[in-house]
Amino acid sequence: MPSIETANLTKKYGKLAALSDLDLKIEGTKCVGFLGPNGSGKTTTLKLLTDLIKPTKGEAMINGVSIRADKKKALESVGALIETPEIYPSLTPREALTMIAEIRGVPRSERGRQVDEAISEVRMEEWVDKRVGKFSKGMKQRICVASALLGDPSVILLDEPTSGLDPRGMSEVRDIIKALKGKDRLIFMSSHLLSEVSDVCDEVAMVDRGRLIVYDSIPNVTAKFSGGNNVVEVGLHRPADGDCTAHSIGALPDVVRVEKIDAFNLSVAFNGGLDVQERLLGELVRMGIGVVSYRAASSELEEVYLKLIKDTK
Amino acid sequence: MAHSGSGYYSANSIPSSISQTGITMKYALLDYVRSRRFFIMLGITIMISLLLTAIVGYYQPATFVTSELAFYSSWWGSSVTFVIILSGIFFGGDAISGEFQNKTGYFSVPNPIKRSSIYIGKWLAAYIASMVILAVFTLVTVGNGMYYFGTVPYEFDVSFLFAAFYLAAVLGFTFFFSSLFKSSTISILVTAILFLFAFSLIQQLVSSLAQVEPWFILTYGAQIIGNVLTVPYPAHVITSNYGPITFTAYNVPILEGMAIIGAYFVATAILGLAIFERKEFN
Ligand SMILES: Nc1ncnc2c1ncn2[C@@H]1O[C@H](COP(=O)(O)OP(=O)(O)OP(=O)(O)O)[C@@H](O)[C@H]1O
Ligand SMILES: [Mg+2]
Repeated sequence: MPSIETANLTKKYGKLAALSDLDLKIEGTKCVGFLGPNGSGKTTTLKLLTDLIKPTKGEAMINGVSIRADKKKALESVGALIETPEIYPSLTPREALTMIAEIRGVPRSERGRQVDEAISEVRMEEWVDKRVGKFSKGMKQRICVASALLGDPSVILLDEPTSGLDPRGMSEVRDIIKALKGKDRLIFMSSHLLSEVSDVCDEVAMVDRGRLIVYDSIPNVTAKFSGGNNVVEVGLHRPADGDCTAHSIGALPDVVRVEKIDAFNLSVAFNGGLDVQERLLGELVRMGIGVVSYRAASSELEEVYLKLIKDTK
Repeated sequence: MAHSGSGYYSANSIPSSISQTGITMKYALLDYVRSRRFFIMLGITIMISLLLTAIVGYYQPATFVTSELAFYSSWWGSSVTFVIILSGIFFGGDAISGEFQNKTGYFSVPNPIKRSSIYIGKWLAAYIASMVILAVFTLVTVGNGMYYFGTVPYEFDVSFLFAAFYLAAVLGFTFFFSSLFKSSTISILVTAILFLFAFSLIQQLVSSLAQVEPWFILTYGAQIIGNVLTVPYPAHVITSNYGPITFTAYNVPILEGMAIIGAYFVATAILGLAIFERKEFN
């Protein structure tokens, strides 16, 4: 199983502790969102994981290999996008990505195809043979996202991957990340967009002032920190017939509150974690009310985030 | 994306550090030879070459045309170190600082590659790009020499090898300095000032005023490039009296010159690598 592990990971700049004793163990194939206010240590953590900076204390490991001890081996199966990298300006995206593919040991016979696929994932086919020097910020960001996909990495580290992208680009990158989840990847991504995190991530880790506050699955986090209630948004195929539907949902075990967002969407608050959420979905489907979508409401995550961040002040 | 199905460890085998050095070199070189800087450097070299060709062709100055060695000494001996230093500044002045300031390091460093492979790969690319420039200057020199004398003396071959060796040390030095600084402008400025003014100034002061041999100055060692074209090889120490004052001039002997160049190359390579290995991307 792919894994990311940090033990007592600490980074100090003079007196300021950008990261303090981070103990984090992420294992398995999933997407973990990394949240925290500006300057809380997210980029610092990701840089420590990729040898861009060295720890003051502690250890960072990927797939069981310490970055400090053997960077080349630790990053053997890692694709990373940290901050906003620049590419040698006279190279074309094809050349820059081929360089990364070569460094990562993609066999010659596969290189061309992998580069083409990565380029088309980020919709840059038209620009593949133009020099990067004159690209806009978002165009460069797309190429850098593509570079993180090369060589089938099992661990993908992303630092605000959708920053600088247009709305369409953002949703395209989210789709790429979701697709990667289906391919046995461990994705660890920082983001300020809570809706993005609740959309693509399974778990969240929150940091504030260099300290880890919580690391758990999103439903568990929201259950634990928002007064025990989780909220799901239920999308319907047919308009809900008046208060009748709401009533019968409200009568289900563990459901605390049902609100109609509009004729086709309901917001259901319930007491409990993932187990309850799973059972609830089954019950809703069995009710035959035409459930077509079912997902954790992002507003819940936001509520928890604001609460936790305020609490540590 | 392509999926190997292996899931866990990558199906790819990561190339050896030596091949990764080669990969870095290939793409850094591609970037160098397409850059505006390369064309400016090429332009300057061609301009110097054409100017020399025109002047020698029109005025036929005695220092150039009396003997074959005098020709090469005046043409090559007096300008090749300038071409080398300029190449060093152009291609090495911000080679490493640029990785930090322009953030290109964020693209290459978070990969399964040793930092030393990136440093050495870039160094090799800068060396090859500079050798292209040096080759252009050499071709014009030899072309003119052949026109006037019909042969290339053996001493010129030796001088060329010394120049290629000196280039390695100059680039080692500029890479070392560029890894000391995070600002490209500062690292370019400092190396330019050192090579174009400071070294020769110190050399002059140390030798003529303090009457000490400037064995610790790189540009002093580089004198072998020009001196080898003087037969017989100039005396190590020359003193001249102007009234009560004695001036001492030093000419570096060949072995000593090679040792100075080699020492600079080795020391700056080790230091530059060590600094780049530890430096943080902030
Ligand atoms: N080179 C440096 N020198 C001094 N302090 C630094 C340096 N780099 C980062 N810091 C400090 O470390 C702390 C964490 O920074 P970091 O970049 O990890 O935050 P972040 O969580 O990524 O923030 P953002 O959401 O704004 O990207 C900040 O207080 C920052 O000021
Ligand atoms: Mg950041």
